[in-house]
Amino acid sequence: MLFQLNDVQKSYSRRGEAVTALAAASLNIAAGEYVALVGASGSGKTTLLSILGGMLAPSEGRVLFEGQSLYDLSMVERAQLRRERIGFVFQTFNLIPYLTALENVQTPMLLSDVPEEVQRIRAMLLLERVGLGQRMEHKPSELSTGQQQRVALARTLANDPRVILADEPTGNLDPMMREEVLRILGEFNQEGRTIVVVTHDPSVAHHAGRVLRMVEGKVSEERTRKVA
Amino acid sequence: MRLRNLIASELRERPTAMLASVLAIALGVTAFVAIRTVTLASEQSVAKELSALGANVLLLPKTASLQDYYGADMNGQTLPEEHAMTLALANLAGVERISPRLTVPTQLDGRNVTLTGILPQSEFQAMNAWGGGDLFSNAHQGCRRACARPAGTAETFNAERAVQDLAENEALIGADIAETAKIAKGAWITLLGEPLRVVAVLSRTGTVDDSRVFTHLHTVQRIAKTGEVVGAIEIMGCCEDVAGSLVKTLGEMFPDAKVVTISQVVEAQVGVNRTMSQLSALVFAVLIVLGGASTASAMYANVSERRREVGTLMALGATPGFVSRLFLTKAGILGLAGGIGGAVVGTLVALVLGPRLAGVSVTVVPGLGLLAVGVSLAVALLASYLPARRAAGLDPCLCFKEV
Repeated sequence: MLFQLNDVQKSYSRRGEAVTALAAASLNIAAGEYVALVGASGSGKTTLLSILGGMLAPSEGRVLFEGQSLYDLSMVERAQLRRERIGFVFQTFNLIPYLTALENVQTPMLLSDVPEEVQRIRAMLLLERVGLGQRMEHKPSELSTGQQQRVALARTLANDPRVILADEPTGNLDPMMREEVLRILGEFNQEGRTIVVVTHDPSVAHHAGRVLRMVEGKVSEERTRKVA
Repeated sequence: MRLRNLIASELRERPTAMLASVLAIALGVTAFVAIRTVTLASEQSVAKELSALGANVLLLPKTASLQDYYGADMNGQTLPEEHAMTLALANLAGVERISPRLTVPTQLDGRNVTLTGILPQSEFQAMNAWGGGDLFSNAHQGCRRACARPAGTAETFNAERAVQDLAENEALIGADIAETAKIAKGAWITLLGEPLRVVAVLSRTGTVDDSRVFTHLHTVQRIAKTGEVVGAIEIMGCCEDVAGSLVKTLGEMFPDAKVVTISQVVEAQVGVNRTMSQLSALVFAVLIVLGGASTASAMYANVSERRREVGTLMALGATPGFVSRLFLTKAGILGLAGGIGGAVVGTLVALVLGPRLAGVSVTVVPGLGLLAVGVSLAVALLASYLPARRAAGLDPCLCFKEV
């Protein structure tokens, strides 16, 4: 099992009052799965995604990643795990505004101390893969939103992660680009990568093999199907 | 891509944000390097003068004030010339030469010049011979140097501060006058209606002597109608000891005169240097504090506006150490830029303004530049330490939020 969550709970204190973002969630995600986390705004989807990404320690419960307790690792070890095993896709792309598309894709490799020449070649191949071979030297402000998200997808694959965690990856895109991004995510999944997508868009969830619904911090299985 | 590329790209994208802090550091370093370079040059100049004039004593009018050894005879007050003769005939131990001077301001081709009358040593020797004396032969006990060295020629006048022979229609001119009025050896000049032949152009000293015309004392007394007076009598002793003991003897011999040693004369200049040095340290401290505060403020603002970017980098696997390095390296680059820029500009300012304002020849002091750059770097790093720590402690989940 890739992820195993046992009674994971996350509570915040807001103005002296405890707010439960995630309530005793227990779930397993197998390697190669395509999982959609759906639910209304504030239901705890992003909290769960952050916990899976090793960025937010739960208040209670255990999170196992490939059998290893994620939050028993040090901050530096978790950073290394994210660098090597996990890729992130964000709703607002989170590209670094002063870097070119090529440099944005190189960034995760810079963090992994990949030699400069290897970084460059790999980043070029990834940008070509997402159809942006002609836009490598463009900065994010010179790209359309769809192109920016494709740069972000290329960046996600920079260190060849086995897991991709996507937070509303199509939230800011027009229908045509949304389909394009979903197609690329589908491709990543077909290559054996595990995809976990947070969305409130039913059409995005439709691409997933398994849909988990979140309501007020509680996770429930909504649907499981084999994606063709 | 390397960390430095990331930083350089960010600096290129937002150059103005950090400009104020770089400028503050650069201004501090510029002021420090400029003032300190000039002060050092001045200190070296004083030390050189001290070394050259270490055994000299000045006999001045009682009410004369002192700012500068070389300008000591420019007070406008006088002593009887007779004092020089009395002194010569006293045959005091260790006294090698006596050089009375009288200075009057005048003009040469419309330019202000200082005309100084000096008495060649040959006249003392002639006067002494008439009296049957043995001038300057009374050796000072303990001196290794031989007494009564012959005075120099016009060419060695700067170093010796006396000349063996000088006719009443001859003149020596300072380097500045020769250069600005384009006067060469052998030329004739007219001062206060008196034609004088230039027998030598003196080498540059970096002192007011560069703006003087020296001629015979009696010529100056005659054309300036001053009578038989002098502005100062410079007494060259054979060693520091004699200079010290002379003060007491001369004080008793000439109660109407002020007797000072070179050490006392240069004290005023040393005091000015000390003040300049303290001023440079104060300016440096104030501006470095301002530079540090400005850098800290700019870095805090930078961390604040890049919170989401930092969160994204952490989501991509950046460690807190990497984030710290990102900001500290940037601060280091800014500190170095400010320090190097300030050191270069400060040195140029010193080279240009030093000779004009302080009257000293300034040379580059590499150690000072290195010190300034080192301090700038340290200040920038210290000022950015807390902002960098704050950045490293940011919540990586910021990457999911609209900041």
